[in-house]
Amino acid sequence: MIELRWYIWLSLIVFTIGMLGFLTRRNLIIIFMSVELMLNAVNINLVAMSHYMQDMRGQMLTLFVIAVAAAEAAIGLAILIALFRTKAAGHVDEVTELRG
Amino acid sequence: MRYYALIPFLPLLGFLINIIFGRGLLKHRAHWISVPVVGLSMVLGLMTVREVISGNVINEDLYSWVISGDFKVSVGFLIDQLTAVMLVVVTVVSFLVHVYSIGYMHGDPGFYRFFAYLNLFTFSMLMLIMSNNFLQLYFGWEAVGLCSYLLIGYWYQKKSASDAGKKAFIVNRFGDFGFGLGVILIFLTFGTLHYAPVFGSVSSIAGKTVVLFGYEIDLITLIALLLFCGAIGKSAQIPLHVWLPDAMEGPTPVSALIHAATMVTAGVFMVARCNPIFNLSEIALTVVAVTGAVTALFAATIGLVQNDIKRIIAYSTISQLGYMFLACGVGAYGAGIFHLYTHAFFKALLFLGAGSVMHAMAGELDIWKMGGLKNKMRITYVTMLLASLSISGIPGFAGFFSKDEILYQTYLKGDLGKVLWLMGTVTALLTAFYSFRIISVAFHGRFRGSHPEEHHLHESPPVMTIPLVLLAIGAVAAGWVGIPPLIGEAIGLHGAWFYEFLSPVVGHPSEEGSHSVELMVMTLSIIAGIAGIILAFYLYRGDAERAKALLKRPFLKKIHTVLWNKYYVDEFYHLIVVRPALWTARTVIEAVTDIGIIEAIVNGVPKTIGRFSERLRAIQTGLVNHYAIFMVGAMFFILAFILMVK
Repeated sequence: MIELRWYIWLSLIVFTIGMLGFLTRRNLIIIFMSVELMLNAVNINLVAMSHYMQDMRGQMLTLFVIAVAAAEAAIGLAILIALFRTKAAGHVDEVTELRG
Repeated sequence: MRYYALIPFLPLLGFLINIIFGRGLLKHRAHWISVPVVGLSMVLGLMTVREVISGNVINEDLYSWVISGDFKVSVGFLIDQLTAVMLVVVTVVSFLVHVYSIGYMHGDPGFYRFFAYLNLFTFSMLMLIMSNNFLQLYFGWEAVGLCSYLLIGYWYQKKSASDAGKKAFIVNRFGDFGFGLGVILIFLTFGTLHYAPVFGSVSSIAGKTVVLFGYEIDLITLIALLLFCGAIGKSAQIPLHVWLPDAMEGPTPVSALIHAATMVTAGVFMVARCNPIFNLSEIALTVVAVTGAVTALFAATIGLVQNDIKRIIAYSTISQLGYMFLACGVGAYGAGIFHLYTHAFFKALLFLGAGSVMHAMAGELDIWKMGGLKNKMRITYVTMLLASLSISGIPGFAGFFSKDEILYQTYLKGDLGKVLWLMGTVTALLTAFYSFRIISVAFHGRFRGSHPEEHHLHESPPVMTIPLVLLAIGAVAAGWVGIPPLIGEAIGLHGAWFYEFLSPVVGHPSEEGSHSVELMVMTLSIIAGIAGIILAFYLYRGDAERAKALLKRPFLKKIHTVLWNKYYVDEFYHLIVVRPALWTARTVIEAVTDIGIIEAIVNGVPKTIGRFSERLRAIQTGLVNHYAIFMVGAMFFILAFILMVK
């Protein structure tokens, strides 16, 4: 049986990879994928804890996170397509309209 | 039937229709509405007057205007004998001036505006005279002031006209401030503003004093003098007379209606209305009488040398108003109101006649550019001549009866009365002189203008001459309702009907004189009038060589200069009021309050916010990565903080 801490380490590593990708990459699709990684790191954590503590609430929460992640991906892709159509841009540093 | 309530509200309706539809719909047809409403109002007014003559005095509240604790005021009408006289004056002169204006203002681009204002004025003046309380009086008082301002500055494109309007309004502020205080003091003293309870209980506060700035002052005297302040401003008495001559910048019908016949007499009306208050204060009465007599003489002397036809008549108005106050001040309110009533006809006629001349001379005002007009403008000449005879106090004409009664009553009033009477009689001489100076210079002799101008001369259209003729009838005959008993007996007519009629409101003069005194006063005033006329014709015959020769003498030249400059009163006010006010405006109000405080706040707040946001916007790079770093960094700090606190 695999100990709890391995799950937490895995979660931490996945989250860190996601966060570094989120911060450093400029391609919008990769940024979305990084966000997805961070969400799934949270999911791993939640499921592992749920099993360890014998509490179903963690798994319930995971289902919500998956649903939110799906919605987020859908909106993100829509933004991406809109952005590409209007500015022919796929990189976030090409759009700085919100600069103050 | 309360048809009398329609008297003021019909002109108000005319005003509303004209101001709303005048610009787009009525335009040059504005008089289709304005003139009939005033005409109807005149008919109703005269019907009401007949009621009053038959003995029905109306005093009725129509509408509760203000109810605030103890402060209750209604819109109400008091139509007694005094109001009846004013109703005749205001509605008749107003109607005739409205008719005259159709011709005089023909083709003016602001035609509808002129009639709208004229309607509004008629409404306000009627509210003023028909009021049964001080607040409504005050409302009318200020509203006629507003109309006066609007109509003086009617040709607002002309700087001098808009300046004159402002001057009239601001000078009146000084008087109205006192008047307002007087009204407030009446409320504080009596707890009500309605005439009947105030005048009913006024004798109970006789002798009461108040302490003001450490001095003990008789309460009634204080109230009376504060009210009189308003009268000084509105009726252009010394020292607030300066606005009236400048008010001649307005169209001539306005001068006739507002600045001769009606609004400027509001002060006299108010003093007569408040006679129960004034009668209880010897000091106030003396102030009124002296102010009146001094103003009468003072203004008449200025009128002697002016060249602007309307200004001469304006100074004449100030002078005649002085007579009216003189009468009120000696307790002869009936005589004062009688002079108000006769004056309205002959003075409105003088102004409208002057307007008729201006109409023929393309707006020329200088009498020295006229001359010989009597052959070209027969009706204008004859009517002007009748008005001048009337104002000069020639027996048989309206002005004679009223002026003679004033002088007689003044003479009876003790030693001071004798002095004032002398001033009044001298004024009568001067009045006749300047009135016939106009006749002699402008209507006799030869025409002094250019040929094209002479060719242009024409009599005014009937719409203007008919009002002149009707007013001339008034200027001749209006006085016959107040024939002195002395003459009445001689010709078998009931004398002094007018004074009997007014006596329920204003009482009788306190002094009784004898026939011999009355005859003496009368003879002297007739001599003064005739002497003035003869002197004017003598000096100004032909090209006025005799008058010009007189001016060569250094002493007379000096007097002429002083009079020509109106005793330098305007310059004096400029020095002590206008310049300090402008100085304060520039150095204190503008520099400190405006720039230092208000602008500092108004501009300071956005400037501070702007500077702050200037810094803050640096973090808004528009790059998503930067926002992400902020998010992650903030999360890290929050996490660290929570962990550390635990």
